[in-house]
Amino acid sequence: MPRPFSPKVATTNHLIEGDVIYFTDPGWSREHTDAAVATTEEEANALLERASQEPHLTVGVYLADAALVDGRPIPTHFREEFRTRGPSNYFHGKQAD
Amino acid sequence: MYIYTDFDRNFLRARVAEFRDQVERRIDGSLTEDEFKPLRLMNGLYLQLHAYMLRVAIPYGSLRSAQMRKLAEIADRWDKGYGHFTTRQNIQFNWPKLSDVPDMLDALADVNMHAIQTSGNCIRNVTADHFAGATPDEVEDPRITAELIRQWSTDHPEFAYLPRKFKLAVTGTEEDRAVIRFHDIGIRVREQDGEVGYQIVIGGGLGRTPMIGKVVREFLPRADLFAYLEAILKVYNLSGRRDNKYKARIKILVHETGLEELKSRIETEFATQKRLLPDLNPEVVANVRASFVTPAFKDTDFDPNKAQSPALRAFLDTNARDHARADHASVTVSIKPIGGTPGDATSDQMRALADIAEAYGYDELRISHEQNVILPHVHRADLPAVYDALRAAGLATANVGLISDIIACPGMDYCALATARSIPIAQQIGEAFSDLDAQHDIGPLKIKISGCINACGHHHVGHIGILGLDRAGVENYQITLGGDGTEEAAVGTRTGPGFAYDEIVPAVERLIEAYLDQRLSPEETFLAAYRRLGLAPFKDALYGDAHAKAA
Repeated sequence: MPRPFSPKVATTNHLIEGDVIYFTDPGWSREHTDAAVATTEEEANALLERASQEPHLTVGVYLADAALVDGRPIPTHFREEFRTRGPSNYFHGKQAD
Repeated sequence: MYIYTDFDRNFLRARVAEFRDQVERRIDGSLTEDEFKPLRLMNGLYLQLHAYMLRVAIPYGSLRSAQMRKLAEIADRWDKGYGHFTTRQNIQFNWPKLSDVPDMLDALADVNMHAIQTSGNCIRNVTADHFAGATPDEVEDPRITAELIRQWSTDHPEFAYLPRKFKLAVTGTEEDRAVIRFHDIGIRVREQDGEVGYQIVIGGGLGRTPMIGKVVREFLPRADLFAYLEAILKVYNLSGRRDNKYKARIKILVHETGLEELKSRIETEFATQKRLLPDLNPEVVANVRASFVTPAFKDTDFDPNKAQSPALRAFLDTNARDHARADHASVTVSIKPIGGTPGDATSDQMRALADIAEAYGYDELRISHEQNVILPHVHRADLPAVYDALRAAGLATANVGLISDIIACPGMDYCALATARSIPIAQQIGEAFSDLDAQHDIGPLKIKISGCINACGHHHVGHIGILGLDRAGVENYQITLGGDGTEEAAVGTRTGPGFAYDEIVPAVERLIEAYLDQRLSPEETFLAAYRRLGLAPFKDALYGDAHAKAA
């Protein structure tokens, strides 16, 4: 049996600020929970395609695994979780915004 | 310190103007990211996990106080009020905005600094012994050679697109504090029959395939330095692998080709270069040497037996060392406060260091690959005042060379390549051994932590090395023991399965308990005990019954 598809969000860094942003289809947000979610392979490819249409705003869009909690996406991998917060040694980055 | 000429200054300004134009064109959409990325990397600008990062070169780790003050100003104006000193004697700013970077580079150029060749597959910042020009046991100040190499390698057109990055380190002493055996080329200044020349080591490196460099020339006359370096780089540029980035470093070429075969190719190329290139001009060497002469050391009268406070004595015992002049000392300022981030200095601390260097240290500062700051020349009469000033700035931690003097890469708190965090592990180890008396009892010990296989945290050469990995979506930490980055170069041996994030500090504590139980005397260091006892007792301490059952 094929592995069940893990929901995906499209994410990147902002070209000028360099901080983490999520594709809200259309548009962008600095909050992971605002991200548009793809629940099938086809949806994910289409989401990535649409998110990649604004190269003057972004630096390398990619798809990241997410889980849906109460209908909103949260990160599943620790790297993506860190990206929603910022570093652990200082209160800098998203956690301070 | 080397003084920039008009040529150097104009070159820097032109580079900044060029990059300013490139940034503008990226922002207005004329350049794609694919086009822009190699250009920003050539100017030291990376994109990390949460932001851009600007890596600024500190050639051979030497800074004047005016330069340190400028770094503080940049940290305040365009970053978050601090900088991170790296294991390559550089400084990184973790929060710049793309649109601010040209201004940051212009500010750096004001004090003859830049971020050129701090990234990309080129010859990187040349590093050197951080006690250069101050240590008693030196053949010659290695920065003279490092500066000659810096001039030769900066914007060298033939070596701008090597198979992979290329790192050189120079030491002027038998005792190796520059880790020359783990560089692409390691150079030791040596003397033979009254002539100064070089021992050349090639093919060392850390990363996923750690290798100890091999001696390719026992003695290279100084006059032949560039002809020989050209020969090595030309052979590597043509023969180094470009099909696989993990096999592209010169260490793999040495390994796959064999030292003797590669040596003969280098010698053949060297013969050609000797015909094409002039010998290194002694006048050029003399001019560079003149720029590293420390001006007039003070001859203050002082009483070497004057009573010192216990706190000052403890600080000096740990953080000061002998100088080439008996009435001076070199002071290592620990950038490893207990529970702090290894190598991070606030802008206030940078300014304090600049003030102290100006008042008591002949205006000289050094950054060590161990992420500390050094005042290379301090008159012994000034040591109490230096200590007081450091204490006021929160910079008097007396832990140099001890268990809490940890090297750690930025890890997954910042780095896009990292597979796990390193900084919090360093912080927690520092806190677990916060008692300085206990640290002194444990004695000299180097813990080095990397957050991925690329080994920026030098874990392979830590007496205790820690490597953070991603194991099925969870942070996992492997331990290696017995690594050594000095002239007795050794790559650490992995103990066995890794430990979870919340298990790694207790594991280190068990290693220390095992060492304290089994050492012959307090004089036997952790490394010496490990060499005598081997892995077994430490494995027992780490894995306990589970290990015994498996065995």
